Amino acid sequence: MAKGDPGAPARGRRAAPRSRKATTGDPELVQLLTPAGERIESVTGPDGIEYRVDFTDEEYRGLYRDLVLVRKLDAEATALQRQGELGIWASLLGQEAAQVGSGRALRTQDMAFPTYREHGVLYCRGIDPIMPLGLFRGVDQGGWDPNEFKFNMYTIVIGAQTLHATGYAMGVAMDGKTGSDDGEAVIAYFGDGATSQGDVNEAFVWAGVFNSPLVFFCQNNQYAISEPLDRQTRIPLYRRAAGFGFPGIRVDGNDVLATYAVTRHALDNARLGQGPSLIEAYTYRMGAHTTSDDPTRYRIASEVEAWQAKDPIARMKTFLEREKIADAAFFTEVDEQARREAVDLRERVLAMPDPEPTTMFDHVYPGGSPLLDKQRAQFSRYLESFEGSVH
Amino acid sequence: MATETLTLGKALNVGLRRALEDDPKVVIMGEDVGKLGGVFRITDGLQKDFGDQRVIDTPLAESGIIGTAVGLAIRGYRPVCEIQFDGFVYPAYDQIVSQVAKMHYRSRGKLNIPMVIRIPFGGGIGAVEHHSESPEAYFSHTAGLKVVSCANPQDAYVMIQQAVASDDPIVFLEPKRRYWEKGAVDLDGPLSEAYPLHASRVARAGTDATLLAYGPMVRTCLDAATAAAEDGRDLEVVDLRTLSPLDLGVVYESVRRTGRAVVVHEAPSNVGLGAEIAARITEECFYSLEAPVLRVAGFDTPYPAARVEEEYLPDLDRVLDAVDRTFGW
Repeated sequence: MAKGDPGAPARGRRAAPRSRKATTGDPELVQLLTPAGERIESVTGPDGIEYRVDFTDEEYRGLYRDLVLVRKLDAEATALQRQGELGIWASLLGQEAAQVGSGRALRTQDMAFPTYREHGVLYCRGIDPIMPLGLFRGVDQGGWDPNEFKFNMYTIVIGAQTLHATGYAMGVAMDGKTGSDDGEAVIAYFGDGATSQGDVNEAFVWAGVFNSPLVFFCQNNQYAISEPLDRQTRIPLYRRAAGFGFPGIRVDGNDVLATYAVTRHALDNARLGQGPSLIEAYTYRMGAHTTSDDPTRYRIASEVEAWQAKDPIARMKTFLEREKIADAAFFTEVDEQARREAVDLRERVLAMPDPEPTTMFDHVYPGGSPLLDKQRAQFSRYLESFEGSVH
Repeated sequence: MATETLTLGKALNVGLRRALEDDPKVVIMGEDVGKLGGVFRITDGLQKDFGDQRVIDTPLAESGIIGTAVGLAIRGYRPVCEIQFDGFVYPAYDQIVSQVAKMHYRSRGKLNIPMVIRIPFGGGIGAVEHHSESPEAYFSHTAGLKVVSCANPQDAYVMIQQAVASDDPIVFLEPKRRYWEKGAVDLDGPLSEAYPLHASRVARAGTDATLLAYGPMVRTCLDAATAAAEDGRDLEVVDLRTLSPLDLGVVYESVRRTGRAVVVHEAPSNVGLGAEIAARITEECFYSLEAPVLRVAGFDTPYPAARVEEEYLPDLDRVLDAVDRTFGW
């Protein structure tokens, strides 16, 4: 399942071996794959819903491949920034499972509204991973077609996109595209810091009032740059949903299987016309906020090490190995693919041309502007006055 | 030809009705726009006839109105958002300036946000604070937005339909104190043959000096011109109509004839539209000017208490005083 829609999990395709039913552990946290790589067959969440996935071996391997590729491409982008090839990079390190799990839970017709860190979801949507690098290199401000890929442009202003997602979801409902299995759903990504924003709370109000087909997907990575979660909230974030009148659930965001199960359930509820819900994907930002940040100023190494033990990829690898779903040759091949794609990404980033200066005048208005046309013409003449010199 | 006498407010109402009829993707959203018909009744009767999916009473949150309208626009709708009063647009300022204005640009033309943001603006109705402001400079300063203002019922009827039909995001400023002023409106003229949206127009021809205004101040300037005529001065009045982009061709032509220009707006003068217009006139008409371009504007204070707003707002006498000063140069 490297690309496209894996479809609904089919029952009985593969019974999860050596698994158990569980309601133990953190009762607030839906988990289907423990940090030690132990598979839990199904888990009943505090919402009373039984969460499970029934993937084929190939689908398990596909998820693992996604996780590895997404991490590798992200690491390459960080390296490119360190070498001066990107202005800045917002790494997703540590959040791969939250993004791949939710990204793969989306159906083709579903629409996603990302923040600026959703490189993993972007990958799952089939968008060329070079696209966000153009943004952070400074050659454009996005580049992909949001409607073609059903994945909006990155939004830098914290939380603003949750309102866009809500309006889009209202439109889905107004178009009569809910109420059946092939209905459409919308997902809004945001972080723990964003939950303090007015826009996010307004989006909660709107989506609740209009019963919009929307999943609010909060990656709680524990930090808003330097500020820890307790500066944003007194209660677990998922419980905020209750006050707005829709379900909230916390999932282990480092567990790709549980994230998939919970997101798929929420999306299907939305597409069936049952309204919005909030998912808090409990995870950890292993790296800096961006390459401009220095997390050693505000958090201690032991905290990072504790989360290192909950790594989303390591647990999946342990599971695949233990259950003999994948062999050494598979892991080598995935690593090799990741290396190749990273090299390819690097080469293409380095080959990205700077835009022509006068293109800054393009696409300001669909209907154009005579004043802007005049300004562009004046600036072009100014540039031409340097004929023979490099400008 | 069906020409009816309508108030400016009713002309907007009929124009919005036409817009809803012409395109099923047009939706009206805002606070109290449904059953109540808006606090100024501009959307009166529209929800009854088009349903609550086309005329949507929203929760009371301005950023939410504009932000969800962005999403609806991405989905293919054409939202017409009502901000109840000028002073309440600021919670939506981020969505307007950072999202609405930039979406087309950031997407390299792949997304359009064909949104109209209707704002009753300006003072003169004796209102409590935050209900009388003129925020046009904030929006005119923002690339990606277009800003227009109507000054009479005919323009109100036509311009609102043109704004809704436009793919550009448009801040549509309605002169709230003129909502009740009446005028003849041609209801049959095809929109395609109407005077263009982003074009200024001479509202009164004259030879001695040029008054430049938009929205509520057009009427003030026309009255000033009438009064000046009694004193033997023939003033030309230009209704700017479009504030961003400005359309100053008729202004330059006028000022080259008259040699004198006075810009009039309710908004404070400091870094207001008048400053930009004066600069452009100076650049284009320098050798024709008999006097500096003068401004008659609101003072650089917060909008004052209602009992002194008549002193704050430019009126006929202050306009004529400025005209006198251009002749004293």
